[in-house]
Amino acid sequence: MLRFIVRRLLQLIPTLLGLSVLLFVWLQRLPGGPENALLPDNAPPEQREALRESLGLDEPFTVQYFSFLGRIFQGDLGTSIHTGRPVLEEFLTRFPATFELAVTAIAIAVAVGLPLGYLAARKRGGALDFAAVGGSLLGICTPVFFLAFLLKVVFAEQLGLFPSAFRISPALSRTDITGFVVLDGVMTREWDVVWDALMHLALPGLALASIPLAVITRMTRASVLEVMGEDYVRTANAKGLHRTTVRTRHVLRNALLPVVTAVGLLSGSLFAGAVLTESVFAFPGIGSFIYEATHGRDYPVLTGFILLIAAMYVLINLLVDISYSLLDPRVRAQ
Amino acid sequence: MGTNAPLLAVEELSVGFGGRGSAPVKAVDGVSFSLEEGKVTGLVGESGCGKSVTSLALMGLLPDRGVEVGGRAVMQLPKGPEDLLALPQRRMRDLRGSQLAMIFQDPLSSLNPVVPIGRQVTEILKRHRGMRGEAARKEAADLLHRVGIPDPTRRLREYPHQLSGGMRQRALIAMAVACRPRLMIADEPTTALDVTIQAQILELLRDLVTEEGTALLMITHDLGVVAGLCDDINVLYAGRAVEHAPRAPLFAEPTHPYTVGLLGSIPRLDAPRGEPLTPVRGSVNDNIAWTDGCAFAPRCDHYTMDCLQGPPPLVERDSDPGHVHRCVNPIGHAEVVDRAVLDSPAVVGEEEDR
Amino acid sequence: MPTSPSSPTPLHKRKAEKVDRLAELMGSRADEGRVSGIWIDAFRRMRTNPMAITGAIIVVLFVAVALFSPLIAPYSPTSQAWGGEVFPNRNEFVGPRAENWLGLDHLGRDLYSRFIIGARQTLMVGVVATLVGFCFGALLGGLAGACAVLGGRWGANVDNVIMRVIDMMLALPTLLLAVTVAALVGPSLTTVMLAVGIAQIPIFARLLRGAMLAQGNREYVLAAQSMGVRRHKIALTHILPNSMGPVIVQSTLTLATAIIDAAALSYLGLGNPDASFPEWGTMLAEAQRFLSTAPALAVYPALGIIITALGFTLLGESLREALDPKLRK
Repeated sequence: MLRFIVRRLLQLIPTLLGLSVLLFVWLQRLPGGPENALLPDNAPPEQREALRESLGLDEPFTVQYFSFLGRIFQGDLGTSIHTGRPVLEEFLTRFPATFELAVTAIAIAVAVGLPLGYLAARKRGGALDFAAVGGSLLGICTPVFFLAFLLKVVFAEQLGLFPSAFRISPALSRTDITGFVVLDGVMTREWDVVWDALMHLALPGLALASIPLAVITRMTRASVLEVMGEDYVRTANAKGLHRTTVRTRHVLRNALLPVVTAVGLLSGSLFAGAVLTESVFAFPGIGSFIYEATHGRDYPVLTGFILLIAAMYVLINLLVDISYSLLDPRVRAQ
Repeated sequence: MGTNAPLLAVEELSVGFGGRGSAPVKAVDGVSFSLEEGKVTGLVGESGCGKSVTSLALMGLLPDRGVEVGGRAVMQLPKGPEDLLALPQRRMRDLRGSQLAMIFQDPLSSLNPVVPIGRQVTEILKRHRGMRGEAARKEAADLLHRVGIPDPTRRLREYPHQLSGGMRQRALIAMAVACRPRLMIADEPTTALDVTIQAQILELLRDLVTEEGTALLMITHDLGVVAGLCDDINVLYAGRAVEHAPRAPLFAEPTHPYTVGLLGSIPRLDAPRGEPLTPVRGSVNDNIAWTDGCAFAPRCDHYTMDCLQGPPPLVERDSDPGHVHRCVNPIGHAEVVDRAVLDSPAVVGEEEDR
Repeated sequence: MPTSPSSPTPLHKRKAEKVDRLAELMGSRADEGRVSGIWIDAFRRMRTNPMAITGAIIVVLFVAVALFSPLIAPYSPTSQAWGGEVFPNRNEFVGPRAENWLGLDHLGRDLYSRFIIGARQTLMVGVVATLVGFCFGALLGGLAGACAVLGGRWGANVDNVIMRVIDMMLALPTLLLAVTVAALVGPSLTTVMLAVGIAQIPIFARLLRGAMLAQGNREYVLAAQSMGVRRHKIALTHILPNSMGPVIVQSTLTLATAIIDAAALSYLGLGNPDASFPEWGTMLAEAQRFLSTAPALAVYPALGIIITALGFTLLGESLREALDPKLRK
């Protein structure tokens, strides 16, 4: 098991190194070079020259790359042009918000998608199946930002059931321990804070959940249908086992294996999907910051965030593989 | 014994798969046979002849929707005779595993890949015999030992993919015999196995039948298996029985051209050197509807115009009661002995193909 | 032909008679299950599938509108002819009326004309993005697959390198990859098409390579190799055509995702900076501001995107189902 994890971790290295090369080249290829990104358009030539020197842009390409890589390893991803703070710091302060949002979305998607997909498969061809399949197709085909806007206008602005922006009501006083609002609230027993934060998470969480929910529903349905036709389910029935035993131990246990993988991959992609949702709800997370960085051409932020998100994505995939190998003895053996 | 009714009497079993709108396809069409305790009955035919569907129908394992099952299958249960086909699902669940058990063709796909072998054995003990915990584990180990799996306590913790093919089939047999069922159905239990393992598994089944007095329905396409194991043989073609006889007369004097063809297509060590094998030509798909005539006619070297005039009846041989065939132009015993006669129509058949 | 027992028909005639009769009886059953190509087979199955039919109708309608949009649209999509009647600041909008079937947008342009012309732009974005993803993805995946199947040690290395690059691209979530590309090239419609297309490359590459590897393990490839058929010939004439199924399915599905992703990029401000020439994504992004006051502005392009994406998805999914060997029977 340990060897498996170590081997998978080693396999990450080339991917991440390659990614750093890609991003480095990308920075170099920016119109006018990286110094353009760091300076106002009307900067005098002397200032430009000074910056080139300080960035080491006159050095050979490889030297530049290795110093870039060296800085990354020291946790130095550059400084945001707009806020003037280190990129890593910006990322870490915004990470808890996006993390909470992503967890909410995945929780909604799993809590609704799994039972829905399972029931749809059991009652194949019925009304529920039709609704589940149709609904998930609709979910995949609806642009997330439009759905987010729709939710915001209807439930926040028109009906006033939920707050329309931010992580928490600005007027509320709260103790900040970890940066995770909900977690802090639970730790300090400030239940009003927890409730307020959850209300703020509801709508963006729902919007962000739309695609994972659709995917999980469809996958569960397809997987359950496939497993129900497997020989070992027939064997279980031939043994006269109770229906519930057959359904849980023999059908669900196997059918959920591919779904676990899907859930993992989806959670990785949520950090990117959050760009749209967060910007609609002015949710102060990674996504809305990327949105601002795109508009402000804040290249150090873009590069750093992309690298970090990619690293996270790859790590999540690793976790998925590990959990998969725990669930499926056939993988463990290899 | 003697006066008792057979353990299971299947009468006019038919299974139709209904397509939406289209006419249902009859996979099994009026098949009758009976199973006796301590005896092995063979159901022989090529794939697609309806033998597996027959077994699934008896077990009540066919899907509910789109399937029509007709006929009767009366089994002598401890509380008196009952028609298996008419029992509600709930009652069938109680009977499956305890009174009737089944062994499937592909042992790897028939075992749950993510549940340890032990759990798959104990779950049936728990269900039908109310055994739990250590007692169930011990009994499971005993069962594995009984079907010839060495080091059973270790195997209980292992997963199906860690076992060899023969061992997996043994484990499946252990599950089938766990509650001492009175009737076992084995659907091509040796097809997926190596030849050497095949013999071992057949021997194991034979022993279980003689020791426990279980009735075994052996489903196979392999007449070699039948010859070594079965007391009574039914040959199926395109959903209907075409010949039925005890083992000895069937092998000595097969009368239906299909049976003869099956026998002719197995290699024999005692055949003269250089004698070619005679496979049955064509495939199961080259058939005609039983209502039009004999479904085997397109592949038969002996068919006459009479074979194409309506369904051939199942008739008993005059000389040999208990030997039944469905053929209007059966092969006489003398012809079988003289293989030259048997071969000549095949030549005619080839001419027709050109 | 009646035969009396007293004068038996000659043997050869009797034989011919029974053969004819047999052929007749078999012929009545032979209509089902005739062997044919998998594509014809798939098409036949799709014809009876309501999902496929719905999808096909939507797609055909959409493509027809897109192709003939200049003929259908009553006005120029950029003409602000009714500019004096709309005041977004005062929440004064013009709804559907005889002249303007869908009403006016926030600048006093005919919404119906913009919607129709927008279909054309949207189709173009979808098709070009899919083509970019398909071409480069199939090229990379096909090369990797062919090398892996037939190339020995050297081929395995090529395959390895290509797949590491693909893995890297996969590590970047699609939308982020698109944002990166867009940020590099600057906002324009070309950017959107390119960005969305590039983001689809790894999916196509992996699919094709996977399908080719599966084909490469089949006996017929081994047989062809043992008969001395040249490698590139095996790859091109045997493996590749048999591996295209999943890729074709993916192309249909990608048309849907491309349209949705393009809308998202437009919303992020990376689309055509000149919003006067309509494309559904741009229209939708522009109309968000008025969602609470004039929802119609957003609803039409949104419905256009959703329904079109649904059409392509339905078509793609039913094609996948129809080609699935497990479900074929």
